[in-house]
Amino acid sequence: MQAHGSRPRFRSYGRFGLAALLGVTLLPAIGRAHADTLTLYSAQHEQMVDSLVETFTKQTGIKVRVHAGEAPEIANQIAKEGASSPADIYFTENSPELTLLDEKGLLAKVDAATLAAVPAKYSAADGNWVGVLARENVLAFNPSLVKEAQLPASLLDLAKPEWKGRVAIAPSDADFLPLVNAVAMLRGKPAALAWLKGLRDNAQIFDDDEGVVAGVDRGSVAVGVINNYYWARLRTEVGAAKLHSQIHHFAGGDVGALINISGAAVLKSSKNQAEAQKFLAFLVSRPVQDELAKGDVSFEYPLASGVAPNPLLKPFEQLQPPALSMQDLGDDQDAAKMLRQAGLI
Amino acid sequence: MRRVARPSPGLFVAAAGAALLVLLPLAYTVAEAVQVEAAEAEELLWRPLVGVLLVNTLGLVLATTAIAAILGTACAWLVERTHLPGRRAWAVLAAVPLAIPPFITSFGWVSLSAGLQDFAGALLVVTCAYYPLVYLPVAAALRGMDPALEESGRSLGLGPWRCFFRVVLPQLRPALLGGMLLVALNVLVEFGAFTLLRFRTFTTELYAEYRTGFDGPGASLLAVVLLVLCLAFLFAEQRVRGQARYARIGRGTRRRATPLPLGWARLPVLAGLSALVVATLGVPLGMILFWLTQHSAAATSPVAVSGARLFDAAFASIWLGLAGAAVTVVLALPLGFLVVRHEGKLIVVLERMAYLAQGVPGIVVALALISMTIGTPLYQGAALLIAAYAMLFLPLALVSVRAALAQAQIGLEESGRSLGLGWAAVAWRVLLPLAGPGLGAAAALVFVSIVTELTVTLLLAPIGTKTLATQVWADTSTLAFAAAAPYAALMAGLSLVSTWLLARRFGASGLFAG
Repeated sequence: MQAHGSRPRFRSYGRFGLAALLGVTLLPAIGRAHADTLTLYSAQHEQMVDSLVETFTKQTGIKVRVHAGEAPEIANQIAKEGASSPADIYFTENSPELTLLDEKGLLAKVDAATLAAVPAKYSAADGNWVGVLARENVLAFNPSLVKEAQLPASLLDLAKPEWKGRVAIAPSDADFLPLVNAVAMLRGKPAALAWLKGLRDNAQIFDDDEGVVAGVDRGSVAVGVINNYYWARLRTEVGAAKLHSQIHHFAGGDVGALINISGAAVLKSSKNQAEAQKFLAFLVSRPVQDELAKGDVSFEYPLASGVAPNPLLKPFEQLQPPALSMQDLGDDQDAAKMLRQAGLI
Repeated sequence: MRRVARPSPGLFVAAAGAALLVLLPLAYTVAEAVQVEAAEAEELLWRPLVGVLLVNTLGLVLATTAIAAILGTACAWLVERTHLPGRRAWAVLAAVPLAIPPFITSFGWVSLSAGLQDFAGALLVVTCAYYPLVYLPVAAALRGMDPALEESGRSLGLGPWRCFFRVVLPQLRPALLGGMLLVALNVLVEFGAFTLLRFRTFTTELYAEYRTGFDGPGASLLAVVLLVLCLAFLFAEQRVRGQARYARIGRGTRRRATPLPLGWARLPVLAGLSALVVATLGVPLGMILFWLTQHSAAATSPVAVSGARLFDAAFASIWLGLAGAAVTVVLALPLGFLVVRHEGKLIVVLERMAYLAQGVPGIVVALALISMTIGTPLYQGAALLIAAYAMLFLPLALVSVRAALAQAQIGLEESGRSLGLGWAAVAWRVLLPLAGPGLGAAAALVFVSIVTELTVTLLLAPIGTKTLATQVWADTSTLAFAAAAPYAALMAGLSLVSTWLLARRFGASGLFAG
């Protein structure tokens, strides 16, 4: 190293620079919580949550800091943190994680007015979490690889040998777990395990639903199991003209048409109960639900009574989901175990 | 250099503390894995997925290392040994990709074509990102080689090819092998590039485990498998590094070997090098520029990128980078001082322990720190993230800190002491001015590494803190390439400018010695 040339200059400034650098580390840690700040643990899509939080802060003056992650990760994190959890609110994509936390007794009652905004069957029976949005499981397909008439009648058919190499799934995505639960609920665990093993032999594995829908769209796989949300998002990103995939809705109450509920809850351990309840009320309020339905961000069905969903989506009344309640879907713990047994994760 | 026999206890404790600190995540992960019951461990380790991951990861490591070795050596030989037009420019262009974080290279390629999301795509991206790790040491070795040997070979009737394989290549062995092992180690611990490509390796699967179960036993077992692989490559690298160099014997002035004319090969060679630069620099930087100009609703993320968000992310990156660099260098100081000024078996052990941290992937460090601190005040704090950076980059800093302290002669220190200065005054008035520029280089290297770091930042960033790297990641993983572009541009810019300033002052080969 050629240190000689620079030494005189270093002598005058360098040492003070180094001292200043050290001083920087003594700055108080940024981002610590204040009294009027809510902490939101979110497994919903970051862009959507960011814009929601911005509006909420503008309306109420209450600041919200967001910790984002995948649904089961955050649920397990809250469970581990227990009473010392910094989280005030948990907002997630699928109901099983909320059920898990409810079983562990970590959730506070949601205000009655908030619960009343949404049809009762989409919230927890005990009133400890509220449904905010719904999304439908669908099959994305690439018409150049498979004709619509050849698509399977049931999600369970994808485990049959004729689909070998032609189906894509994302078993470590939080959206896949409720499907496993639903199959186990409707057909029993042994049948569900056999179905998963069939999928293991047949399927191309992706990290997440975004990857699945992109893979179908570019023609590297014929069909993919996703939530409708991801296809609509891809359509917006690349434009309808450049899209090479379509979606197929399972019908007749098939398990493949399962509806996932995206919900929110206030944690019992929260020291900001009133403010946190305000945020839940805000999520299901008419203007926010209208906004979610209209925008290009969410592509989920708003659950508040009387709000029309995005016209890009199939009308909610026309969906034919299986006959399962939120309680039937359980808490995802068995689903992950079965995925591991089947060799999918 | 003279060495003092016995270190003061304070110095020794500080150095040992640093060495132990960086090994904490390694120790914790192993301890966690050992506690898993045998039956459960067998079920978790002998599942088919682990086989797939081994094939994916090792296949990619081997293929990347082989291709990087050929590309890097070919580039180095062309630049150092032929009449290549624009030699000096090519020498810079071949090294620059190292200043672009691999997940930015990945972002560029994956936003160009989603068809790259497989083995071939992953191979392309990591080869582009890491081949300079072979190019730099091999080029340096070629420059340092005694041309007389090659000339003797040629005069004894060897053609240029046979001369290369029989005379040059054997001499390049330590540099080439060392570079290849560095490539292998980097591919093993790479995370961001592979998640964006949706290619499954041990690191991405560890993250998937984290996402489906937070910190279950599955993660720590997979982490141990990955650790074993990493440490094996690290030991191999250390052994190669320790091997005797093929030094020249004569002391005469250095001269460059007589360059070979390229002849008819001139155009194909220029075309090949241009293609390489397009792949390694053109595509990543070009795609960032392309997405920066895409403002239509179809391509941007639903949430517009505002100046305020960009500023916040840049501020967080820079703040964390500065704090992390300061802490890392301060931690490396006692250890570096101990190694330079004292000798002893225990000191060698301490130094080796610190370098062992190079074999611990960021994702393992992050997962261990989360499990260790949950329920304590450290949890989710900025201090924990900074500590994680220090654990990751202490080996990097130690190389430069050692070199810097070695420049300060002990005699000058002793003069200071004998003239009545206390140790603090000696450190401030003698040691720091002498070693300062080298310490600055160490801090700057760590700073660049932190600004471009993804894995640990992603998992440990305090709630609400978003950095340039985590923003690129969040937007790219939802296919919002245009939204990611400004963050990617800022990060690549920061990294390129800092590296350029460093290289101008200290020389490229010195920079990447670690």
